[in-house]
Amino acid sequence: MSSHDLVLYDEDFQKIRQTLQRLLLDANANLVFLVDKSGQQIAAVGDMKSLDATSLASLTAGNVAATDGLARLIGEKEFSVLFHEGEKDNLHISIVARRVILVVLFDNRASLGLVRLRVRRATAELETVFEEIARKHESGRLSPAGVLETRFSEITDEDIDRLFSE
Amino acid sequence: MTFINYSQREINCKIVYYGPGLGGKTTNLQFIYDHAAAASKGKLVSLATETERTLFFDFLPLDFGEIRGFRARFHLYTVPGQDIYDASRALILRGVDGVVFVADSQEARMDANVESLRNLDKNLREQGYDFATIPYVLQFNKRDLPTAVPLREMHRLLNIRGEPTFAATATTGFGVFETLKESARQALSELRKK
Repeated sequence: MSSHDLVLYDEDFQKIRQTLQRLLLDANANLVFLVDKSGQQIAAVGDMKSLDATSLASLTAGNVAATDGLARLIGEKEFSVLFHEGEKDNLHISIVARRVILVVLFDNRASLGLVRLRVRRATAELETVFEEIARKHESGRLSPAGVLETRFSEITDEDIDRLFSE
Repeated sequence: MTFINYSQREINCKIVYYGPGLGGKTTNLQFIYDHAAAASKGKLVSLATETERTLFFDFLPLDFGEIRGFRARFHLYTVPGQDIYDASRALILRGVDGVVFVADSQEARMDANVESLRNLDKNLREQGYDFATIPYVLQFNKRDLPTAVPLREMHRLLNIRGEPTFAATATTGFGVFETLKESARQALSELRKK
């Protein structure tokens, strides 16, 4: 896999979800989600019904990308935290392990101070998970059974054609 | 960045439509959005100016169905074509799995096409990619216009690595899905090498 790629197995995915779930409860938030810097949503917990999660993920990544660009222009490495305050709802956005974005949507039932505090703890946990994923990636040990190598190398031209004929 | 989620059984790929300003990148996405099955598409998000010029990007999520038990989901992006938005263009290439270059067939836009190709090369390098190897499709758009340059000439000028090339008229949809399918096919084929 290239260093740009991200492969998540169930074990890591569940760890990430548990951390997000705990953050959701501890921070009294409405929604917590994790997005890759390229705009792919990795995991989300909370009330997603009224929201277009895919657009939210892509716009968050765009927002962070633009802010990264601003940071570099003024000689900063990055702005690691962004906060958007609305009339009812607020967004707290922070960078985890330099490659993923943690987003917390909360209203006046929570406070910014509480969210920041809980985000800090969740960030430390998530960094451990992503360090572990990176270690597996580097050592080539993507799964105990080497599932990745077998499954995707087996994709045939017919598989791809079938996708487009449906 | 291909994102493979074994837990959710999903493959996510990012395709970026690149090219000079007013070349039809947004029109490609708009046609796909208007004609894709309702169940397979998400919302088309457009960050545009008041005059409908792309300011940051357009975004369309598409679900192509299942391959080897995994849902194949594609995120389509356009970049803003205007010169002044170069910083934004580079950022949108972050994590790209495939590029579609939408060239404008009008004679007066040939220099703009060439300049945009150079700009793509520079911005890909900036993001750590190699233009020679990244999945790449070329589209000659606006074939319906009387000032369109002959295909052979455009090919000579703009086809740089023997990439698959499609004639198109994005306003009517001619060539739009063919271009997209080839780009998606290339991105999925890359998975085999991983």
